[in-house]
Amino acid sequence: MQIWVFAEETDGAPTSLALEMLTKARSLGDDIVAFLVGPGSAEALGALGAHGASTVYHLDPGDALPSAGAAAAMAELAGSENPDLILFGLQPTDRDVAGRLAARMGLPVLSNAVDIVIDAGSTSVINEILGGATLVETTFSGSKPHFVVVRPKSFTAEPGDGGDPIVVPVMAPGIGHAGSATVIESHAEESEGPKLEEAEVIVSGGRGMGSQEQFGAVEELAGLLSAAIGATRAVVDAGWVPYSFQVGQTGKTVKPSVYFALGISGAMQHLVGMKDSGTIIAVNKDEEAPIFGVADLGIVGDVHKVVPRLIEALRSRN
Amino acid sequence: MKIAVCVKQIPDPATPYELDSENHFVVRPDDQVLDDTDRYGVEVGLQLAEATEGEVVLVSMSPAGSLQGIRQALAMGADKAIIIDDEALRGSGALVTARILAAAIKSEGADLVIAGTESTDGYAGVVPQMMAELLDMPALTFARKLDHHDGTIRIERQTSGGYDVVEATLPVLVTVTSGAVEPRYPTFKGIMQAKQKPIDQPSCADLGVESVGSAGSKQEIVEVRAAPERAAGLKVLDEGEAHLEIVKLLEQAKVV
Ligand SMILES: Cc1cc2nc3c(=O)[nH]c(=O)nc-3n(C[C@H](O)[C@H](O)[C@H](O)COP(=O)(O)OP(=O)(O)OC[C@H]3O[C@@H](n4cnc5c(N)ncnc54)[C@H](O)[C@@H]3O)c2cc1C
Repeated sequence: MQIWVFAEETDGAPTSLALEMLTKARSLGDDIVAFLVGPGSAEALGALGAHGASTVYHLDPGDALPSAGAAAAMAELAGSENPDLILFGLQPTDRDVAGRLAARMGLPVLSNAVDIVIDAGSTSVINEILGGATLVETTFSGSKPHFVVVRPKSFTAEPGDGGDPIVVPVMAPGIGHAGSATVIESHAEESEGPKLEEAEVIVSGGRGMGSQEQFGAVEELAGLLSAAIGATRAVVDAGWVPYSFQVGQTGKTVKPSVYFALGISGAMQHLVGMKDSGTIIAVNKDEEAPIFGVADLGIVGDVHKVVPRLIEALRSRN
Repeated sequence: MKIAVCVKQIPDPATPYELDSENHFVVRPDDQVLDDTDRYGVEVGLQLAEATEGEVVLVSMSPAGSLQGIRQALAMGADKAIIIDDEALRGSGALVTARILAAAIKSEGADLVIAGTESTDGYAGVVPQMMAELLDMPALTFARKLDHHDGTIRIERQTSGGYDVVEATLPVLVTVTSGAVEPRYPTFKGIMQAKQKPIDQPSCADLGVESVGSAGSKQEIVEVRAAPERAAGLKVLDEGEAHLEIVKLLEQAKVV
């Protein structure tokens, strides 16, 4: 069983989702290949190898937006190598390449997978709908390769005993206008401290924090706990924090040991991004707020009282 | 500039949708609403059309029903709509959807194609990229800001850690996020005019797209089941001491 995993390199490392997918691929197949888009640093290649890729196809897109070129290159390679399954992550560049590649090869994609099951030669994926209350299993009925787009944090990344991979440089074939989008500048907008995707503790705030200024209490608590800061879409849309802080269906999926939901109602689109966290602590003044349905500890109270007292209590311990 | 904006009618998200027990397809009421995420694309399209004396054509694949959702987008100011509602399409996956939309856009001809990043009810999140490939266009995706200058589209593309500035020349496909613009509300005049605007309803055969539906999509739902529930936890009413419960839990979790 040959499985490919798409990997984008940012800041010298593959996305954490690529490593999660490689770890899962190892449990499903015996021939694991990564397709890396980025500069191809030794660290990135090493991480892919350690997580199970024996071969890495490497495409350096330069300043081109990589999607169209990567899809065309993958289509050519897949035509000769015949992989059974190609995994992409539910994140921007992965989605761009998956869509283009599937259309190019005329084969379906199953998206939003939280699990992949291979049984007697048939491949199915599990999706969560209705905020995770219902699971839907869908099987591919057509020819291979099968394309799956995987939700972040569905699998845990763990290095195996793989060494350095064989690296095969790949060029994007000439595709004319479709490949002409160019990246002019890149900007980082992340908070200091741990990354949301990797943090052990996340303190997230919602509209119930009141204002951009009062959202400062979320930042203060996060600082005290060495936590990452998260937010709902309502808060991002209001401009209190950048989009890269957003947790949920159209933001990031996170799975920390401890997740704080402060002044967050618990809309379905937020829950899908955080409900698999270890311990969920919610503070909301509305006793009926849906967030309490997933909280291990739910405090019915005012964030403007509970959070400052908590900060004070934690301060006095240090 | 001729602008095609992809929009979808969906069951009102305020009421959780259901799957029919036989095929597991989403049960769609006659009155569906415009997917909220599409209002941003319509707004971007209208602003560009206003700046270039262009035209906005809505393209949609969904059960037509009362056409309420499409009329909402027409009422914002779009010029006309093409909606593909064919019984054969039930159960279609992302690729079939993209083929249908791309065929409709091709028949109409467009310099710019705009879509949301994903629909609220389906959220596969790959249909626009598929359309770009089928239409042989670059795809400027996840735009939170968009400028047009002399046939070049430049966007701020949201990434996991921030944003990139990306550009391409027309023809191009763009997907827009909910941060891109502030969508306008339909005016009374707009709502009245929307009733008169042309709505084409071609069939799959008219568009020359074969093998559709779940068979043509090469995918099949085999099971729908309830997810294991997360056990409800402790709920405490704050009377001035509740924060101590949090401290206790953080100690147990060895965070402090
Ligand atoms: C297609 C689509 C995608 C979406 N994607 C996402 C996503 O990725 N992430 C996301 O988060 N949302 C997403 N949403 C939006 C989502 O539906 C909700 O609107 C959003 O999560 C609500 O954010 P909120 O909880 O901050 O605000 P609200 O729902 O307004 O909740 C605020 C809460 O704060 C409480 N509160 C108010 N004051 C206080 C106080 N003083 N003390 C304590 N509690 C207080 C209130 O009781 C309320 O429960 C999406 C929506 C759509 C349609």
